Amino acid sequence: MSSQIHIATRKGLFRLDRSSNGWSIGRYDFEGEHVSMMLHDPRDGTTYAAMNHGHFGVKLHRSRDTGVNWEECATPVYPEGAEIGAGPFSTDGKPKPASLSEIWALEAGGTDQPQRLWCGTIPGGLFRSDDSGTSWQLVESLWDRPERLQWFGGGKDDPGIHSICVHPENSQHVTVSISCGGVWVTEDDGESWTCKADGIRADYVPPDQAHDPNIQDVHRLVQSPSHPDTYWAQHHNGVFRTTDGAHSWQELSGIQPSPFGFAVAVHPKQPDTAWFVPAIKDECRVPVDGKFVIARTTDGGETSEILTQGLPGEHSYDIVYRHALDIDETGNCLAVGSTTGNFWISEDGGDSWQTISTNLPPVYCVRFVKI
Amino acid sequence: MARVLFTPNLERHLSCPEATVSGASVREALDAVFETHQQLRGYVLDDQSRLRQHMVIFVDGKMIVDRVHLSDAITVDSEIYVMQALSGG
Repeated sequence: MSSQIHIATRKGLFRLDRSSNGWSIGRYDFEGEHVSMMLHDPRDGTTYAAMNHGHFGVKLHRSRDTGVNWEECATPVYPEGAEIGAGPFSTDGKPKPASLSEIWALEAGGTDQPQRLWCGTIPGGLFRSDDSGTSWQLVESLWDRPERLQWFGGGKDDPGIHSICVHPENSQHVTVSISCGGVWVTEDDGESWTCKADGIRADYVPPDQAHDPNIQDVHRLVQSPSHPDTYWAQHHNGVFRTTDGAHSWQELSGIQPSPFGFAVAVHPKQPDTAWFVPAIKDECRVPVDGKFVIARTTDGGETSEILTQGLPGEHSYDIVYRHALDIDETGNCLAVGSTTGNFWISEDGGDSWQTISTNLPPVYCVRFVKI
Repeated sequence: MARVLFTPNLERHLSCPEATVSGASVREALDAVFETHQQLRGYVLDDQSRLRQHMVIFVDGKMIVDRVHLSDAITVDSEIYVMQALSGG
């Protein structure tokens, strides 16, 4: 079982350590800073923290000694003249200049690419580093796709890449998802890309566009480590799953009490088992009936259980952002942090939960340190 | 030589001492500072070299007009203040 968890929040980066006395905060870095994303790279132990300073822009820091010392490294830079599409909510229909506004996804490449990092950003650029973040290159093959100009923001003003899945057996095979731009797959290390969201449905556009794969608002995408052809997508409309490598997707209606949410976690060894944090769709965005629950399916989304033990049963207004639910490599330990600063851990697959803190800043990202 | 002064809040992140530089525009003055304080550039300008959305620059007490090209003129006696805007906080 993992013994460390990082928590990126509105006011800094926390690390929880597990001892014989249980979980407690062991480190606190970047006091007061908006940490939008973090990554602990299991290949070399480097920890990365992405900042979003209100005035001074997006920054990326890394530590090679588990947070004792940090150094600022490079951030992705959009090329001069880069533009994002006008989007459906534009008042003038004109493209606008692209400029980095947030690091929204950060993932390590495969073990055969030891310094490779992938970075998803708002406003929609995917970047790649082959020197552990010392420099970044825009993945132009995706950026230059004409469909990219049709992407638009969902929740954020501009489109963003929030999920990057590196195939566990083939590092050339990478899948990304975009709010709002569907699911895109490369099988040649980013040389070429295909949109693979057939079967995903949007009810926020007119009916004749509902199945357009390029406008889908996937909130979070995760890939089964043990069965990589299985992906789970928590979408604006509900929960979708593919078992054939994203060639076709099925909508799952069994997630209770609501199919709306942002986060999803998949069991590391059981591809049919996944967890969700349901909420009322979609303008309201609070737990159903004020009860904060976790939903778990063990049958591929046909049915689900509502997990409540240890979670607040009334007057809860916690929302869990898309990166704020994680599972360790055993599949037993889950961690979840909320917009209200509550933090819970389960060590029995979600059957019961213990409250670790009720006083954290709003939580953006939760990640186990995986060895 | 024009004086360039930065909001002390930047010191939280990196060193940015007052500088005296030559140049005919805000852009030229800042470029001169960034020659010796390269990392500072990304805190004041965005990745398209425009003034960051939530930053402001005053030249001799007046807010600059050209936030994209920073073409506002300066003189050898100018005082250039690089400040935070109240938005974005």
